[in-house]
Amino acid sequence: MPKQIILAAHFPGVNNTTVWSDPRAGSQIDFDSFEYLARTAERGKFDFFFLAEGLRLREQRGLIHDLDVVGRPDTLTVLSALAAVTTHLGLAGTLNATYHEPYELARQLATLDHLSGGRAAWNVVTSPGAFFGENFRRGGFLDHADRYVRAGEFIETARALWDSDGGEFAIRNSQFDIKGRFGVPRSPQGHPVILQAGDSDGGRELAARHSDAIFSRHHQLEDARLFYRDVKDRLAGYGRTEDSLKIIPGVSYVLGDSDADAQEKAHHIRRQQVSPQTAILLLEQLWNTDLSGYDAEGPLPDIDPVLDEDDTIIKGRAGMYPDRLKTAREWRARAEAKNLSIRDLIIEVTGRQNFIGTPARVAEQLNEYVQTDACDGFILVSHLTPAGLDDFVDQVVPLLQERGVFRTEYSETTLRGNLGLGPA
Amino acid sequence: MTLHLAVALAGDSFAADHWIDQVGQADEAGLDFVTFDDTFGRHGPDAVLLASRLAPLTRHVGLVPVATTTHTEPFHLSTALATLDHVSRGRAGWQVRVSHDPAEAALLGRRGPLEIGETLAEASDAVEVVRRLWDSWEDDAIIKDVATGRFIDREKLHYIDFAGAYFSVKGPSIVPRPPQGQPVVAALAHGPDIWERLDADVFFVTPADADHAAKLVRRIAPEKKVFADLTVGGHAPGDAATFNGTATQLADLIQNWWAVSGIDGFRLRVTDVAQVTDELVPELRRRGLFQPSAKTTLRERLSLPVAVNRYQEATRA
Repeated sequence: MPKQIILAAHFPGVNNTTVWSDPRAGSQIDFDSFEYLARTAERGKFDFFFLAEGLRLREQRGLIHDLDVVGRPDTLTVLSALAAVTTHLGLAGTLNATYHEPYELARQLATLDHLSGGRAAWNVVTSPGAFFGENFRRGGFLDHADRYVRAGEFIETARALWDSDGGEFAIRNSQFDIKGRFGVPRSPQGHPVILQAGDSDGGRELAARHSDAIFSRHHQLEDARLFYRDVKDRLAGYGRTEDSLKIIPGVSYVLGDSDADAQEKAHHIRRQQVSPQTAILLLEQLWNTDLSGYDAEGPLPDIDPVLDEDDTIIKGRAGMYPDRLKTAREWRARAEAKNLSIRDLIIEVTGRQNFIGTPARVAEQLNEYVQTDACDGFILVSHLTPAGLDDFVDQVVPLLQERGVFRTEYSETTLRGNLGLGPA
Repeated sequence: MTLHLAVALAGDSFAADHWIDQVGQADEAGLDFVTFDDTFGRHGPDAVLLASRLAPLTRHVGLVPVATTTHTEPFHLSTALATLDHVSRGRAGWQVRVSHDPAEAALLGRRGPLEIGETLAEASDAVEVVRRLWDSWEDDAIIKDVATGRFIDREKLHYIDFAGAYFSVKGPSIVPRPPQGQPVVAALAHGPDIWERLDADVFFVTPADADHAAKLVRRIAPEKKVFADLTVGGHAPGDAATFNGTATQLADLIQNWWAVSGIDGFRLRVTDVAQVTDELVPELRRRGLFQPSAKTTLRERLSLPVAVNRYQEATRA
């Protein structure tokens, strides 16, 4: 039997992947949008719905970023409401281990697991730095080096609370010193499914030790295979089997009647995603300085990026460019060779869709990734709220089902069961 | 003027179906709202998530979870309650609670217990932060202006810049302004340290009789809604007066207290909503005392004024 593909639906987020200027784009905050996407995913027999978390609005040049979708709901509150309008779909959310506390969060996740009949999942992230901290009691107290320590101890603490079956606990480690009575009996999954997104060596080690799934960034075929092998090879060291950790990259896709039609659509979407104003802003994220005087339809700046990683121009988003000078040289060379404007260049070098083609081609490629161990499934990120998944569910899912690599009905009631994970 | 009627549920069930049944009955009977009790360390579900789980399955009833301000993050409280308001399309409330129990402090592990005066001062700051965050987006902040590429008009988003003795919060909220503008804030109030210091819209008081209720109403600011808590037989006795008897006798008591005291409504502490919906509600309707509201938001149901955005006013001035 071929490997079965895991599919998840990412609610469109607050970066320029999400196109709000399209007339078909709906609200990013009305519950109708969340309900629509969740019902679509469940109609497509998806494994889970995924929602990211906001802790502070992004800023660039000291001002609230206004070019992308801004504003989103509290993660857990929406997931709990979605439990009311779905029956089998997993409900996964990002919740930051820096700005939550174990007793409260473990209790909330266990509540969600009970109230959803065993469908809760938690994507564990941490944030160092003071920017988010300005909205919270503790401020930016977490050193960069401590982020995996806190994440690891947070997960261990949460698992101990879930294992207490509502009874007494006492936990002391470098991050937490708590005790008392948990008050939530063992939930249907025992432990909600734990996802993790870190990519550094420390992040991979954390995932190999603690996680049920990785929300990965690796979506080029060869790169993804290397990542997959690297992480899966770490599992034996923790006494785990390879199928106990699922690797699920976030990917985007564009469907068309022909491959050429899909390419044309993809280019149109890229132009929607990169407005002239957005092109300048994305360029500033590499250059790390004010480029508002530049024309997006003109050539790249001839000045060099500013190398001050302690005071980056963008706040509230993870750093993307380890070597600014090198990347700037590459971008300039590419723009000169192909005579690209700033906007053309940004369209090429940032966020191109991962799978573009007819439904048959996309289904074939997705399956190839999974069958050749580049990943175990996909978190699909669509560009339109909330109907962006409709064509995938209607046109690609049936082809995957015909190939026998994706379920036609849910076989289990819990997310752990549907993901093929053992009991916690 | 119609009598307002609410129920307080303190159940510890983790079964969604139990709650769907209970709150569904309250919704059908036209009760104004349900409060969901909660404390850290109790056996029972998180009340905010429970209320949200029920929101899509109800249409009219207000959903008012207890959430504790001691040891928790005001930012998370504000965004969770704003989201409950979005999910319920304007039916969210919040019953503020404080914790001075050392055992609860140990669960969170952030710090030792606070004495009660400090917990109230902190709660007062937390309510201020939560309310400012709800107002930190003006209602028309989302402009989707394709010509300039702007999704929002950032002039209509506001830093709240709160700095107090217990925490500082910068803002703005991550959640656009909730449908009610300001979800309804409520608190159980045994004395003036609550009703004079906490910026709530609704106070639950615990009078012993009709005259006592009248005295309490006179002591609380007239723009506040005052609900008398009554424990209905079977429920564990506590700080509120306990009623034992028939539905007709309970209707008599409610009619008498309401006529004498000027109280706005009653919150009945029950173990089963049917104790209120089966016989009491029909009896009160027969007497013309209670009429289910046709309004869609909880603020409107309670005749609370439209919530004016403090930052919008500041901009205009």
